[in-house]
Parts: sequence; structure tokens; C-alpha cells
Amino acid sequence: MANEKRKNVTPVQQEYHLFEKERETKRPVVKNCFRAFFVGGIICVIGQAISYFYMYFFDFTEQTAGNPTVATMVFLSMIFTGIGVYDRIAQFAGAGTAVPVTGFGNAVISAAIEHRTEGFVLGVGANMFKLAGSVILFGTFAAFIVALVKTIAVKWGGLG
Amino acid sequence: MRKGHRTWVFENRPVIVATATVGGPFEANGRIADDFDLLHEDLWLGEESYEKAHKVLLEEAFFKAIEKGGIAKEDVQFMIAGDLINQMTPSNFAARTIGAPYLGVFGACSTSMEGLALSAFIVNHGGANYILTGAASHNTAVEKQFRYPTEYGGQKPPTAQWTVTGAGAALVSSEGKGPRVVAATIGRVVDMGLSDPFNMGGAMAPAAVDTIEAHLRDMQVDISYYDLIVTGDLGKIGRQVSFDLLREHGLPIEDERYQDCGLLIYREDQPVLSGASGAGCSATVVYGHLLNRMKRGEWKRMLVVATGALLSPLTFQQNETIPCIAHAVAIEFGGEER
Repeated sequence: MANEKRKNVTPVQQEYHLFEKERETKRPVVKNCFRAFFVGGIICVIGQAISYFYMYFFDFTEQTAGNPTVATMVFLSMIFTGIGVYDRIAQFAGAGTAVPVTGFGNAVISAAIEHRTEGFVLGVGANMFKLAGSVILFGTFAAFIVALVKTIAVKWGGLG
Repeated sequence: MRKGHRTWVFENRPVIVATATVGGPFEANGRIADDFDLLHEDLWLGEESYEKAHKVLLEEAFFKAIEKGGIAKEDVQFMIAGDLINQMTPSNFAARTIGAPYLGVFGACSTSMEGLALSAFIVNHGGANYILTGAASHNTAVEKQFRYPTEYGGQKPPTAQWTVTGAGAALVSSEGKGPRVVAATIGRVVDMGLSDPFNMGGAMAPAAVDTIEAHLRDMQVDISYYDLIVTGDLGKIGRQVSFDLLREHGLPIEDERYQDCGLLIYREDQPVLSGASGAGCSATVVYGHLLNRMKRGEWKRMLVVATGALLSPLTFQQNETIPCIAHAVAIEFGGEER
């Protein structure tokens, strides 16, 4: 992919970028969207089924079934990562496996597996969240901002 | 002897007396599996870590080359090797096992030909009788270092390439039978401003073209002089780009005489996207498959242009572009024996 954002490219480089771009295999964006939609949808259906499972067979309500459902989905994604199939499904599904919570589980466990050879403390412990860490950080930060906006709106804006 | 600007002509024509290649499970299912001396069905090679497995790949290739060369380990006077891992530990550790005086070289995926060019130069000028040279890469060890964890589910674009698990080694000598190294052209670092590490082929293509042009100019030969010009690991996109670039620069070459190691090693149905890459790619394909075919008399003159992308994960994250390099080595077989 030519990097058009760079301002300091020479004319020769620019010419080459166009030359190269013409011969580059494009990402099949439309196909990827459909695959992501279907695989992501299937994962959500499985999640919904697990959620109903907890509601019918255990003492959970629609509000409280969320936590065990997420835990189960993450657990499943970890199993699939561990036996080495998650990354293959992901190559097919793209965002379909990355966006649901299973993608988060995969990011954590794949890093943990990867760095196992470096020991538990400096390997697994230190590297486990090297991909998922930014999700946690920016997720928490985004939640904080939203909560702040809501609080301001409710307290002084007269909403709610 | 230097000819032109950056080409060495080896008038004593050093001989590649023996070569050895070792591959992993993915290579065993590939197109040229029969050309490997040793294939492993397990990526771990029975070791505790991928890095150790990587080292074993190189060791096995070295020992096999020594054995096929019919010499003892102690007869190896120097060894020149490299790989892609931080501080080149697999090569360094394999050199510890061999015990010969050692030079580590880093040219990313062009290391194989960088090593062969230097070996031939030293042998040609009487610096040694036997030099062992090689390069290797290990898919998961390299992915771990340059990309995401191996089991991470990130979708790779169609321009991405698959890192070869394999090692290739060659024993270069002043005398003996075998293909001869006749010339080498050292590459310049070429940066055309591309920065996508999932499109190395596109980034490296201009470097390959630059070196091929320099070689032909220095040697004062036409592009049709070579029966085969083979690039290291440009993949589908890089090969097409460099093919068209050569044509545009007035150096047209027939399709079948311009091959790429990254497209020779795997089958069409293997999920490698744009093709193969890695320091082990050109090393295993050239030292195994291509030299075997050369010895069967399929071609007499071959120019190997190994390409390398000189980036690190750090430079990519800091938004640097990808500087690339290519080294060319001309190998001849058959015809007049001196």
C-alpha cells in the first residue's frame, strides 16, 4: 500500500507508488465484509444460545446472564486459539472474529502462548496483554469519558 | 577483481562443492519437497522453543553440507551465516556448535547471496579453501519477532507473504566439482518510500531491478546472457512489478526465464497469499531445487538476485519506510572445466 500521507516523497517515489499500486492485489473488501458479517453473526448466535442456556438452566436473568456468557465465549476462543484453529478462521473471517469478545480472548491467549518460552513472569505475565492492553486502556478511558458526559448532562443539563 | 562499479568477477571460479537444505512441515507439502535433504514434520523440531528449533535447522544444514562435501568439521576454515532473529542468535549459536571462525552477516532475506558472494570472494583470493555459508528462517520464530503472536487472529492482506521454515547451506571451495560462482554484484540500499510490512514484494522489487541492471552494466552482457534470472522472495506482486520495471527500463526478459524463489517453493493451493519470504527462502530454493536442476543440465548460467527488506518492527511502528537491498550472484555449471 502506497503511503499517500507522507508529504516528503520524491517524484520518483511517487511515480513508483502508482506503478506498484496498479500491480498490487487489492483487498477483497466487499467479500471480506460479507464474510465478517456471517462469521461474526454466527459467533453472536452462539453467544445468544449460551445466554439462553444460562437463563433457562441456571438462576440468571437477561441482565445477569451477560457475564457468564462473555466468560464462556472467551473460554471457547481460548480453546480454539490453543488448538491452533482460531487464526485460520480469522484469516477467512477478518473482522468477524476480531470484533466480538472472542477476538479479545484470542489476543490475550495468543500472546500468552507465544511468550511461554520466556518464563511465567517475564514471558507470559509481561506479554499477555501486549495486544489486548490497548483495548483495556482505551476501552476504560472511553467509558470514563462517556460516563463524564452523561454525568454532566444529567446533573446540569437537566436530562434524565 | 572488480569490474565496473560494484561487481566482483571471480577469475578462479570458486566451486560450490556441496549444498544442503532443511525444511519444515509446510515445505514438506510444497512443490519442491523432493529437493530438500531433510524435512521436519514438527515446527518445534523436538526443541523447547521456536528459536532453538531455528538454530537446529541451521546446524543440520551445516552438518549435512559438510558431510556431502566429504570433509571433516575441522576442515571448514570460515563460516558466514545469518538469519532474521534479533542479534542473529540462531546463526551465532550454530556457529558455536560448528566451532569454525565465523562471520555473521545480516542482509535480511538477501543474506544467502550476501554470504555466498563474500565466501566466493575470499576463496577466489586465496583466503580459504573451504568456506561454509548459509542462511535460515523459521516461520513462527520470525512471525513472533516481526508481526503478531503466531496464533493471533489477524487477517493478512493478499499482498502478505509466508515466511519459510528452512535453512540452506553451501560449501564453497577453491577446487572440486560442482557449480561455479563466477561473479557477484553487491546491492545498494534502495528505498522507494513504501511502508507496508505486509507488502514486502512491492517494496523490494526496485532493489532487485537496480542490482540486475548494475550487474548487466558492469559485466557488459545482455539480459539474455543468463538462462535464468531468479529473485529471492518478491512473491507474486514483487515479481510482476520488477518484471514490468525491467521491461520499462529496456531489459525485456521472457516470462519463464525470470523466476522467483518465493513462488517456486509452495504449491498453488497452499495458503501463502503472495508467496514465500524469509532468509531461508532463497537459501533453500537455490541451494536445493535450483542447483539440482542446474546439475541436471537444465541451464548453464544462472543469476540469483536475493532480495531483502531491511526493516524492523520498531522502524515500522515509528512510521519509517522500508529500505531494501538485493545482492546478485552469477553461478555457472557445465561447459568448460578449468
